[in-house]
Amino acid sequence: MSKDIIVKKGLNINLVGDATKTLEISKNSKYYSVYPEDFHGVFPKLTIKADEKVKAGDVLFYDKNNEKVKFVSPVSGKITEIQRGERRRIVSIEILADNKIEYKNLGNLDAKADKNKIIDYLLNAGLWPFIKQRPYDVIADHKISPKSIFISGFSSAPLSADLDFISKGYEDKIQIAINFLSKLTDGEIHMSVRKNSNSELSNLKNVVIHNVSGPHPSGNVGTLINKVSPVNKGEVVWTISLQDLILIGSVVESGKFSAERIIALVGSSVENPRYIKTLIGSQMLTILDKGIQDENRIISGNVLTGKQISIKGHLDYYSNTVSVIPEGNDYDLFGWTRPIFDKISASRALTFSWLLPNKKFSLNTNTNGEHRAFVITGSYEEVFPLDIYPMRILKACMYKDLEEMEALGMYEVAPEDFALTEFVCVSKQPHQDIIRKGLDLMKKELG
Amino acid sequence: MGIKSSLHQLKEKFKGNTFAPAFNAFHTFLYTPNDVTKGGTHIKVADDLKRTMNMVILSLVPCLLFGIFNTGYQHFAAVDAANGIIREASLLGNFITWENFLLGSTKVLPLVIVSYVVGLTVEFIFAVIKGHEVEEGYLVTGMLVPLIVPVDLPLWMLTVAVIFGVIIGKEVFGGTGMNILNPALTIRAFLFFAYPTWMSGDKVWVHQAMDRTGTAEAISGETILGSFAQNQEIIYSLSDMFIGFIPGSVGETSKILIILGALFLIFTKIGSWRIMLSTIAGALFMGLIFNQVVDLGWITETSKFYGLMSVPFWEHLLIGSILFGAVFMATDPVTAAQTLKGKWIYGFLIGFISIMIRVFNPAYPEGVFLAILLMNVFAPTIDHYVIQSNVKKRLNRIKLKTI
Repeated sequence: MSKDIIVKKGLNINLVGDATKTLEISKNSKYYSVYPEDFHGVFPKLTIKADEKVKAGDVLFYDKNNEKVKFVSPVSGKITEIQRGERRRIVSIEILADNKIEYKNLGNLDAKADKNKIIDYLLNAGLWPFIKQRPYDVIADHKISPKSIFISGFSSAPLSADLDFISKGYEDKIQIAINFLSKLTDGEIHMSVRKNSNSELSNLKNVVIHNVSGPHPSGNVGTLINKVSPVNKGEVVWTISLQDLILIGSVVESGKFSAERIIALVGSSVENPRYIKTLIGSQMLTILDKGIQDENRIISGNVLTGKQISIKGHLDYYSNTVSVIPEGNDYDLFGWTRPIFDKISASRALTFSWLLPNKKFSLNTNTNGEHRAFVITGSYEEVFPLDIYPMRILKACMYKDLEEMEALGMYEVAPEDFALTEFVCVSKQPHQDIIRKGLDLMKKELG
Repeated sequence: MGIKSSLHQLKEKFKGNTFAPAFNAFHTFLYTPNDVTKGGTHIKVADDLKRTMNMVILSLVPCLLFGIFNTGYQHFAAVDAANGIIREASLLGNFITWENFLLGSTKVLPLVIVSYVVGLTVEFIFAVIKGHEVEEGYLVTGMLVPLIVPVDLPLWMLTVAVIFGVIIGKEVFGGTGMNILNPALTIRAFLFFAYPTWMSGDKVWVHQAMDRTGTAEAISGETILGSFAQNQEIIYSLSDMFIGFIPGSVGETSKILIILGALFLIFTKIGSWRIMLSTIAGALFMGLIFNQVVDLGWITETSKFYGLMSVPFWEHLLIGSILFGAVFMATDPVTAAQTLKGKWIYGFLIGFISIMIRVFNPAYPEGVFLAILLMNVFAPTIDHYVIQSNVKKRLNRIKLKTI
């Protein structure tokens, strides 16, 4: 069964540094790190101590708010350091890896297992954190069964991993994961694929395939949800990304938590953008080429929604992309009035990217102007395909009117849905941050 | 050491200082700052608010230049007319001349300078007091104000009005982006109600018309609207009105340059074509209604409304400042409706009400600025109802589920 969705509003951001479709195996990382802050809203409670030995799949910590949600070690080895920040908040858990990874036996999951068994297995195997929910864009609550599950089968974000490429050869693992997940919802599993892409994913069973066409954010799972079945008050949907389905599928099959992940190393500062097979939590140094220095920004994730990490940092738990672009820490003489050919613009205000629709740009991290109050109207709507008034909902979040936030559709959105409006904002407002804080406030006040 | 690095060091030195906003305001005019993204998207579009505002100013420059020449031209034409010589306007013959420019610039440039200096000073003071950066909003306001006042307006009146307009019209609401009323029109409204003799009537629209009143060298300073309102004969041809060889506020007379400005704003995606188009549609619609009323004979030539009611509906666009208002005033994104549907409604009502005021208020026939200010007040209400339909849709979704 397949259906068509046409996304009209949006913006494709063409950047230099797309990954060529070659796969390379990364060097082994000496240390691995898990950052609890990657799991938004989780209060980590450690179950291990420094110097303790762990196997891959052993629990490192659980969520104080929901003790059943456990987070496991991606490798075996010795805990070397538990780094803490302000107010003893845990920043990272560092593991010195064994030469050969030892796996905890997580057992197998019977294909006929019922709903509760599956949930228990996923919780105990440390797979639950890969299942996210809306509203609030946090790790799903296992006690509430979702009305449907959404998976994006292609990515439209600038310089992000080609999901067809990273899932090639793993279709059986994806199918296994989908078969189990389909028992966890009363509704259906929806997956988007790019129209006319002949994606192998279209052949999956137990899912409704949607052929989506149009510019970014057509590949965002939020766009799919909004077009198929927006989240109403009181409803919950789950979202899982494709690379995490592969991981779930292989763990369920083998009983071993193998944190393998194919990532795209991209960006104009990368000499040879390509795909790399590595493990969650690997040191960036084992992924990046030599010569990438501090004047570059290293991003775990894509350039719109990713997290900035230092060159000494580690790959986070969710990303399938590492982007490296130049920092833009420089002044621009008359930058506010001179004609601009080398940057992307959604307007034509003496900016000429509209003349060059196929040009690939090399953008840096300069803000191209200072933070201002909201002034311009109508520009967000041009790049925002959801049936929501973007500026209204942002303002409602800023003045913390819970009733209005709810009425305007806050249950439906995640910060990443506002990445494009943030990108085109001439007032340089932090849209994703505003939405994140709004969602946190709602979760706290309304549950 | 280049100017770039010395300014950078100065900026670091000023950081956290009370006057940092003032320094940064000048610094950022020379250099777009070295700020990098933190959290959120790691890349940003090339445009910032300065560039956006600058486009509006660029689109106004032709109107300003034309206004300078026209100020001179109207003065000399009126002097000639008083001596019984009727001038035929021609662009290169007697319009773009050195003497027109000289007279015009000595009258118009002081208005521009006072508007900017006074307005920006107020903005700087508020930025320093509140410790935020100087926002760009006034750059456009400061350009609009001299274009929408009579040329002989005393500079002290302008000063008082600008201070009033910026403080009451904008800063008390929280500054750029928060104001309800269009600041330029607030300034004009203040002038209009505080100094009506300088802002309306038949003596203010041509340089020196006021000074010479009652003397042997008296000249006329009447606009076309004024003549219509008094059921007088119109001495200007349609092409004069279109090109702008007519008396009026400094920068509002040339329709063709306003249209060019509009096209530029639409092309750069900065002005809302929806508002411009719907304002014109609203004006034409009201004009048509009045034409019908005249055609049906409900209003006869003896009526004081007859003059303006019988103007062919499309000619309303050529007289007065409806076009200028539609393109540069109604489209101010902060005070206009902000939803797409809302913009259509908002614009249409501005056009509609403008012509209504124009016809029914012969004492002061230019209703555009009042209509825009009125709709500024109602814009949030329009948006509210547009958004309610989205909210209702969301609620209905739940209802359908539960049935």
